[in-house]
Amino acid sequence: MSNAAAATSTPRRGVFPALQTHPGADHLTQPFWDAAKQGQLVGYQCQSCGTVLLPPKPICFKCGSETFEWVELPGTGVVYSRIIVRHPLREDLAEVCPYVTGVIELDGTQGAGARMIANIVDCEADAVAIGDRVEVVFDHINEEMAVPRFRPIADSYK
Amino acid sequence: MTIKNQAAVVGIGRTQYYRRGESYPQSEMSMACAAIRNALHDAGLNITDLDGFAIYSNSCDPAAVASVLGVPEVRFAASLTSGGGGAAGSVGLAAAAIHAGMATCCVSLMTLQQLNRRLGGSAVGGGLAYSSTSASPYGASADPTAAFTANNGMLSPGHSFAMLAARHMHLYGTRREAFAEIAVTQRAYASKRPMSLRRAPMTKQDYFNARMISDPLCLFDYTMESDGAVAVITVAADRAKDLKQPPAYILASAHGGDGRWGPAVFSYFQAPDEYFASSGHRPVAKRLFEMAGVSPDDVDVALLYDHFTPLVVMQLEDYGFCDIGEGGPFVEAGNIRLDGKIPVNTHGGNLSDAYIIGMTHIVEAVEQIRGTAINQVAGAEIALATGGPASLPVSGTLFQL
Repeated sequence: MSNAAAATSTPRRGVFPALQTHPGADHLTQPFWDAAKQGQLVGYQCQSCGTVLLPPKPICFKCGSETFEWVELPGTGVVYSRIIVRHPLREDLAEVCPYVTGVIELDGTQGAGARMIANIVDCEADAVAIGDRVEVVFDHINEEMAVPRFRPIADSYK
Repeated sequence: MTIKNQAAVVGIGRTQYYRRGESYPQSEMSMACAAIRNALHDAGLNITDLDGFAIYSNSCDPAAVASVLGVPEVRFAASLTSGGGGAAGSVGLAAAAIHAGMATCCVSLMTLQQLNRRLGGSAVGGGLAYSSTSASPYGASADPTAAFTANNGMLSPGHSFAMLAARHMHLYGTRREAFAEIAVTQRAYASKRPMSLRRAPMTKQDYFNARMISDPLCLFDYTMESDGAVAVITVAADRAKDLKQPPAYILASAHGGDGRWGPAVFSYFQAPDEYFASSGHRPVAKRLFEMAGVSPDDVDVALLYDHFTPLVVMQLEDYGFCDIGEGGPFVEAGNIRLDGKIPVNTHGGNLSDAYIIGMTHIVEAVEQIRGTAINQVAGAEIALATGGPASLPVSGTLFQL
């Protein structure tokens, strides 16, 4: 299913070019990508105990329930960990490195089980620290897919 | 009923180690067969004695290897799941098979030729490796959750393990000086071994001069990519004492991990907060020491799977050689050197000896127990070898003189 070498435009420093041009979704994951196209970050919430799962799974690992609803999340969160990729593993990444990829704990979730792994953009690579607050920004790849990335929230909102 | 001291490693064998791709025109099959024959010879056994394959990461196809070698009858053929995490656990699998009466003489092995494939960067070519969280390998071709992880810039194990390292540094103040101490100490061990691949002396300055790859990791925090094969032979304890070499008794072995560790370090990163910045070995270590009836203080040498230096720090914590979060200062104080509290990776490890996915750690543990290691820990009686940190299962085995 590899649709590698996505048809993205010119390389942008700090922005990892998406590998996919289509989310390859099934009935469980499609609502996430539909919402993403609308600029909304949604989570798959257990209706029994409130646990949020991302990616969505058929069973709640906390309580065993199979009843979920998609809920809109605030779209903000905290950098739980992050790396700075300085060495380009592919030739075309030379103009992209350094880029930052982080594990994000999302507001409105319990953390583990709903963390997102995302490129952190619109910032100096060295300026992103664990604990920084970030907000989602959707990178619209094409009509099929918008990739969630995150950017630092300006100091005044911290 | 446990496998405690029910079996022993009695033979070790290997091919020469090669840099990635340089074992050609040998094949993974020919190297596997050479390593197995060398290990049997080391034990004073013959191919007709071999009746079991207790492997990990599906390192070989026992059907093919047995037919080539002329094994009269295969009575046991099983692999621990996932990847390098099962390395040390494979001899525990051998001990279990032998103790249960399903086989009498088992080989555990890895054979590796990275001519056309690379373990170090499976997504580099643009594929979606590390994006599968499917429950079945047969269903992995079209994982609809791939899109949640494939477009974020995580391309290789080095990227993934750097994420754990960064969190550990944030939580505990762990410094790159600790990672440097591991790289430099292990290089010094390897420099004394003719078979090791990276033998040029390395100073702390060399370490800090190296280019950053996936910050906080630099070039020397990474293992190399190697070719070669390593095999070990396990038989029952009562048979072991009459063979050619001093037995390295399998004091205890455990594999697995926390149920929410899952494929934690490759695409998932959903491990609970209390052990995100860990090696994933904590529950395995607990069961291992319980089975053995010994404590970390009783271990004389530790062969800790070292694909990336920070994971050595985390394993030192998870196996109880120091407190959680204290691994950095513990290492920086020189405790992993030959004269330290717990000498670590005295063969040079994956970092500087050769990266045969953890098998070299088992061989070094056995040589330390026999008293024949090149960097011998004086009077070593108990040795720990580990596999992983990686996707579940990770594993640990204690060997005893």
